[in-house]
Amino acid sequence: MFRYILKRILLLIPIILGVLLVILFIMELTPGDPATIMLGTQANPAAVQALNEELGYYDPFPVKYFNYVKNALQGDFGHSWQTGKPVFDAILRRFPVTLKLAFYSVLLCAAVGIPLGVISAKKQYSVLDMACTSFAMVFTSMPRFWLGLLLVLLFSVHLGWVPPHGIGTWKHYVLPVVTLAAPTTARIMRLTRSTMLETIRQDYVRTACAKGASERRITVIHELKNALLPVITYLGIEFGMLLSGAILIETVFSMQGISTMMINAIRMKDTPQVTASILFFAVLVCITNLLVDVMYAVIDPRIRAKYAKAK
Amino acid sequence: MKVTQTGIQKSLRKARRNRNAEIFRRFRKNKLAVIGLVVFLAFAVVAICADFIADYETEAISMNPGNRLQKPSREHLFGTDGAGRDQLARIVHGARVSLSIGFFTTLISMVLGGLLGAMSGYYGGVFDEVLMRLMDILLSIPVILMSIAIVSALGPSMMNLLIAITISQVPAFTRIVRSSVLTVVSEDYIEAARVCGARDFRIIVREVLPNAIGPIIVQATMSVASMILLAAGLSFIGLGIQPPQPEWGNMLSESREFMRDYPYLVVIPGIVIAISVFSINLIGDGLRDALDPKLRN
Repeated sequence: MFRYILKRILLLIPIILGVLLVILFIMELTPGDPATIMLGTQANPAAVQALNEELGYYDPFPVKYFNYVKNALQGDFGHSWQTGKPVFDAILRRFPVTLKLAFYSVLLCAAVGIPLGVISAKKQYSVLDMACTSFAMVFTSMPRFWLGLLLVLLFSVHLGWVPPHGIGTWKHYVLPVVTLAAPTTARIMRLTRSTMLETIRQDYVRTACAKGASERRITVIHELKNALLPVITYLGIEFGMLLSGAILIETVFSMQGISTMMINAIRMKDTPQVTASILFFAVLVCITNLLVDVMYAVIDPRIRAKYAKAK
Repeated sequence: MKVTQTGIQKSLRKARRNRNAEIFRRFRKNKLAVIGLVVFLAFAVVAICADFIADYETEAISMNPGNRLQKPSREHLFGTDGAGRDQLARIVHGARVSLSIGFFTTLISMVLGGLLGAMSGYYGGVFDEVLMRLMDILLSIPVILMSIAIVSALGPSMMNLLIAITISQVPAFTRIVRSSVLTVVSEDYIEAARVCGARDFRIIVREVLPNAIGPIIVQATMSVASMILLAAGLSFIGLGIQPPQPEWGNMLSESREFMRDYPYLVVIPGIVIAISVFSINLIGDGLRDALDPKLRN
């Protein structure tokens, strides 16, 4: 088990280096040089050239990549061209907002999506099942940011229950979390439904029935435990997706998270800030996926047994 | 010899036609999918005929301050926006932009991903290994981040948006095509074609891809829907189609400030996006069930 986890962590390193390579390569395509952006177009050409040289603008790409990795390992992701402050400080300062948004959303997805999926499967083709399925289709088809706008219109503008934007209190998080969670909840519900439908027809469920186990015991111990494995993996993957999905939601609700900072940095052509923000998100998603894989191995006895034997 | 060969070809063609007819029959039986197809075709017709419905320059682009923020009426079915432009005209022309983004990005990334995936699955070995590791890396960057990175580097414009979205879609297609190619590549008829002396390219295009096409078509349909959503999202945060060119996403972001008093300005474009995406998803579901009835539960 330990060896499996170690192997997965080691495999993460080349992936992160690769992600960094791809992102740096893309950002390398940005037209314009840093000094002109920092000093303005009227600046002294000699000063521009000197600053560009100092920032390593004229270095070939492999050298830039190597330097970036070297500095990043020492915790230095460059300085913002706009403010001159280390980019990572700004990211860490704003990270809690984005993390809270994604985390609460994932909780909401699980709390609503899984029970609805189970009930839909147990009462297949009932009115509730049909209703859930239709709602799921609708929620996955509408743009998230538009759902956000509609919720603001209804609950902030007309009813005045919650504030439309900002991050001050828990009330500020209600609408963004619901908006972000809605399409994912729909997908979780659909997935739970189909895995439940599969397990309901398994032989061991029939055996349990024949042995006279109570309906409730069968549902919880025999069906749910097996049906939830893929759902949990999916929830983990979705957590990564929710982190990046927060980009649009933060814009809709003017929340001061990483995404709004990143979009602002893109407008200001602040390349180090943009690179570091995108990299931060991407690495976070990679780590989440790793945790999901490891967790999957830990909770599924079948996979655990496979690795125990291999040793 | 000659005669038997054409005989075989004829029966092969007939078998293929029967299979397609069977798929079509199953698709037709699915009412929701047919409704989706009809709605989508209606959108497509509107997008193609946009110029006959409303003049682009005068009705969808040029500002008309005397006419701004009119509620929906007989003259302006969907009202007018903050710059006095007819919202219906903008939605109709926006359909052209949104649908063609969804369609063309999917088409190009399907062809690119299809070729890469087919080669990877067919040849295997080092090429497959290297390509798949590269795709692993690309897939671990969420699609929206990938396209934001590309757009922010190249600058926001329609062309760059297309490039960004296309690139972000290629890995998914490569993966799917590769895995469906792997399922057919060990079949006897591939071996037979090889024995007959067919070249690799011919085998891939004529034998492998047609037999692996099912999952690819389903993925492509779903991809059109998610690309429309992605393009709308990027335009909404100002990284996609730039105003004054109308696109459903940037219409929403332009009209946002008037949301409080003129809700129809944000409600209508959103409904249009949702309906088009919904209809495409219905088609996708229908195709999946029609192509592989086993998957149905």
